[in-house]
Amino acid sequence: MTEELRRTPLHDEHLAAGARLVPFAGWEMPVQYEGLAAEHDAVRGRAGMFDVSHMGEIGARGPDAAAFLQRAVSNDVARLAAGGAQYSCLCADDGGILDDLFTYRPAGWDTDYLTVSNAANHESDLARFRDLAAGFDVEVVDRAPDFAMIAVQGPAARAVVAGLASAELPARMRTATLEVAGARSLVCGTGYTGEDGVELLVPPADAVAVWRALREADVVPCGLGARDTLRLEVCFHLHGNDIGPDRNPIEAGLGWCCKEETGFAGSEAVAAAREQGTAERLVAFAITGRGIPRQGNAILVGGEPAGTVTSGTFSPSLGIGIGMGYVRSDLAEPGTAIEIDVRGRRREAEIRSKPLYAKST
Amino acid sequence: MATEESYPEDLRYHPEHDWARIEGEEATFGITWFAQDSLGDVVFFDPPEVGATVRKDEPYTEVESVKAVSDVVAPLSGEVLAVNEAAGTNPELINTDPYGEGWLVKVRLSDPAEVDTLLAAAAYKDLIAD
Repeated sequence: MTEELRRTPLHDEHLAAGARLVPFAGWEMPVQYEGLAAEHDAVRGRAGMFDVSHMGEIGARGPDAAAFLQRAVSNDVARLAAGGAQYSCLCADDGGILDDLFTYRPAGWDTDYLTVSNAANHESDLARFRDLAAGFDVEVVDRAPDFAMIAVQGPAARAVVAGLASAELPARMRTATLEVAGARSLVCGTGYTGEDGVELLVPPADAVAVWRALREADVVPCGLGARDTLRLEVCFHLHGNDIGPDRNPIEAGLGWCCKEETGFAGSEAVAAAREQGTAERLVAFAITGRGIPRQGNAILVGGEPAGTVTSGTFSPSLGIGIGMGYVRSDLAEPGTAIEIDVRGRRREAEIRSKPLYAKST
Repeated sequence: MATEESYPEDLRYHPEHDWARIEGEEATFGITWFAQDSLGDVVFFDPPEVGATVRKDEPYTEVESVKAVSDVVAPLSGEVLAVNEAAGTNPELINTDPYGEGWLVKVRLSDPAEVDTLLAAAAYKDLIAD
């Protein structure tokens, strides 16, 4: 791969902060600054921020924007109120998960809806949206060039952002258009860490000013490494690991965001999977002794192959190896003793209920 | 997390980013400042067993950071005499004190002449500067 990596508007800030940059989905992104564990703890303990400007945005505008999105994504878009946010899957006709998405219905912007895509899928999502837009009076627009995105997460994240904002922040799963550190921002009450916080969609030219204002307020820059440990502790799916075109939302545990009665593309296949059940299910597990599970490790039950790890890491909050993976549905109950084959060494583990980490524990 | 970058003059270095402290026919092995810095926070070290045979240039254990697994290559051949159980329990020692409390194993050398193939600190520093 000699393709040039893309850089976010915050690239120079990352370099100045001593970030270690790695290729990720065609972008050069910070994997860590001072250290993954400290960044993880900053988000669980106070406030951290992530440059997620590599993520894409797709606008839908026009009289049929709602009807089009109802066809395109799995959730019930009719229930997405003005100023709201909604999670959904983008499914192939066979029910496979092409991407998982947040759709916002922002007030005061030149679009009716704004859908955030994963960086690796942005172009293919855009193509799928355009295919599905046929017959609808809607304009599907690539809005990725118009936004940088900064996620501010942690128990103090809201208070810090509120101190820089022109008006009250939106509630969880709501959006508001505010000035943040002087930048006109779409502030979204969403995140990927299991902590309270917001995600800021800002004009790329203003990203540095917002980032610096957050740093002034002692928000800790965090890399993709901490983003991954944080999300896995609370069992949020990573597309490309835990979900993909070969998995449907039912086996992935995402049936809750699929409303087949809306007739979304792929809904027949999803309805069939829900009706008939699936051979495997995505479970969360924890290593009960020593060892760290990794993606691709075999899951064994009673010494026999029963599935595969899709995400595995060391949990800084719990101090143990954790992961998610698909196992035979009849073995997928929390409490089931399993083993993970970690490069030839069998590590004892147990299927646990999701999330693996909760604030009260 | 870690200390300042350093490569003590009294150690010998393997290009795969290991060090050896030679004491007669015995040696202590560990990973270099550069290796621990590349890995990031080390969270797991599963020591090999006492009595195990290690061969120069071949992996003898693994250290893991949150994100990555790294084979540790033996700088010299021999038999494992002792393992650093403290680093197994507190793997962050490998970050905070890579040449001291973060040592990995002590080995009785089977071919002390192999020591001559290792790098001095200056040569190792040149290697990682490239």
